[in-house]
Amino acid sequence: MFVGDGLRKRYGRSEALRGVSLEVADGEIVGLLGPNGAGKSTLAKIACGLVRPSAGAARVAGHRAGSPPARAAIGYLAELFRFPGWASAEEVMSLHQRLGGSTGGAAERAELLDLVGLADAARTRVAAMSKGMQQRLGIAQALIGSPRLLLLDEPTSALDPAGRRVVRRLLGEVRSRGVSVLLSSHLLGEVELVCDRVAILVDGEIVERGSPAELHTPRGIEVETGSGRRTYDGAVREDAPRIVAELVAAGESVYEVRVLASTLEDAYLEAVGERPS
Amino acid sequence: MSGRIESIAAARAVVGFALAESVRRRVFAIVVALTLVFLALYGLGVNFAFDEIERRTLIGSELIDERALAGSTLFGLAMFATLFLGAVLAVFLTIGVVRGDAESGLLQPLVVRPLGRGAMLVARWAGAALAAGAYALVVYALSLALTSALGDWSPDHVVLPGLALAFAVVIIAAISVLASVFMASTAQGIAVFMIFGAGLVAGLLGQIGDALDSRTLERLADVASYVLPFEALYQHGLFLLTSEQLGLTGALVQLGPFGGASEAGSGLLAFALAYTAAVIGLGVAAFARADL
Repeated sequence: MFVGDGLRKRYGRSEALRGVSLEVADGEIVGLLGPNGAGKSTLAKIACGLVRPSAGAARVAGHRAGSPPARAAIGYLAELFRFPGWASAEEVMSLHQRLGGSTGGAAERAELLDLVGLADAARTRVAAMSKGMQQRLGIAQALIGSPRLLLLDEPTSALDPAGRRVVRRLLGEVRSRGVSVLLSSHLLGEVELVCDRVAILVDGEIVERGSPAELHTPRGIEVETGSGRRTYDGAVREDAPRIVAELVAAGESVYEVRVLASTLEDAYLEAVGERPS
Repeated sequence: MSGRIESIAAARAVVGFALAESVRRRVFAIVVALTLVFLALYGLGVNFAFDEIERRTLIGSELIDERALAGSTLFGLAMFATLFLGAVLAVFLTIGVVRGDAESGLLQPLVVRPLGRGAMLVARWAGAALAAGAYALVVYALSLALTSALGDWSPDHVVLPGLALAFAVVIIAAISVLASVFMASTAQGIAVFMIFGAGLVAGLLGQIGDALDSRTLERLADVASYVLPFEALYQHGLFLLTSEQLGLTGALVQLGPFGGASEAGSGLLAFALAYTAAVIGLGVAAFARADL
């Protein structure tokens, strides 16, 4: 659905992207992680045609990124966005339907506002909405016209835990409809929960990529016995039955066995180098 | 074909959005209030001026058509005020439509839609041009009606000066849209008003040059009217008010205080149209290349 090949972007003397190649398959949710300024937003903007790459090529649904058919295939929520304060949620949705050529009409507006939990706020002016409500409206706007690729740049940054759960549920819903998603977020736990694959960007380069499971590295096995907790560094999941059998044979009572693995946060901090952004 | 129809519908949506924004942000309400104040003061001025003419006789009045002199001078003031108010409206309707809206995050969700940047920019300009141009025509017509009713005077040409004014405002809207591609809102507003002021100053210089018979000043004004054709249209509109006035009255009214009335060549309309298209074309080309 999205193919970025050797993407580079230079802003004056600084290089935001240094040869990034990334694919998002049909129905796949790919998480983009990285510190501020790593190039996540630039990559999303190239995908939707807001920014032109200095080198490399990007294609959406087989079309050059930024071309009219490519734009027709995407839904986009920017990290920093604003809707006119004077407009109601219904008016914002209606405008985007007309701009996107959507024929969904009032039914689509009602369905999407309901999906993001704004069914009761259809007539509420944007100026009277909380930041979280505006962000959910932004997500609903991005879903207008049934896009085939959703580009979500920090979609949950202003949301409370309940709002984040709504977005997680929504991403599950769009995945079931076969929509591809490129999700940029700082919330590692969230990315871990919803993404099929993750790419970690640092200084404009992808330094790590894979499924969340692949990014977890084994850290040994921890066993709670009657005589206390024992840790077997270097042991992997397959070693667990043998370790338990040896302990039982030695007369130990085994209460709990845990396979230790690094979290996505560990993998992220390892890649980023624990430096604050 | 259906894609073309969708694009037109989307462009109309942008025009409607721009107009709705103006109405909801009370830009129109403020402009209407200011316009009513202006028209009330103008009506009062016209009334007093023509009353004065009725009551007394000037020395040399047999050589001068006092009513034409007063009417054209007062209506010249109305033309100036209409151009100014129209320019204010044109600038406010186009303030920040590109860089300003991009910096606030308003533009990005709109331009990723299939409509395209060029159509979006043209639609934003068209919306502003329609509103500001129509406004200029309405204020012109109301001023004309007041002058005619209270002073019993009408210009030699009734329709063309109004159209020239409206076109001048449309050009100012185009310049403002172009400026919005390169400048943030405040800088854009300042720049466009300075360009507007430069045009008026150039017109006054031309008037002074004409009075002093200074070829340099006249040439300067000529060049300025090419660079800023809204000024040439305004001057031509002023000229048309009294273009058939002869003798001393004709000479006096051509030296009116609100910029030099000056007859433009036959190519002004074509040049102004090409100029507007070039300004918008330049804006579209620059916008197409801009990173947002």
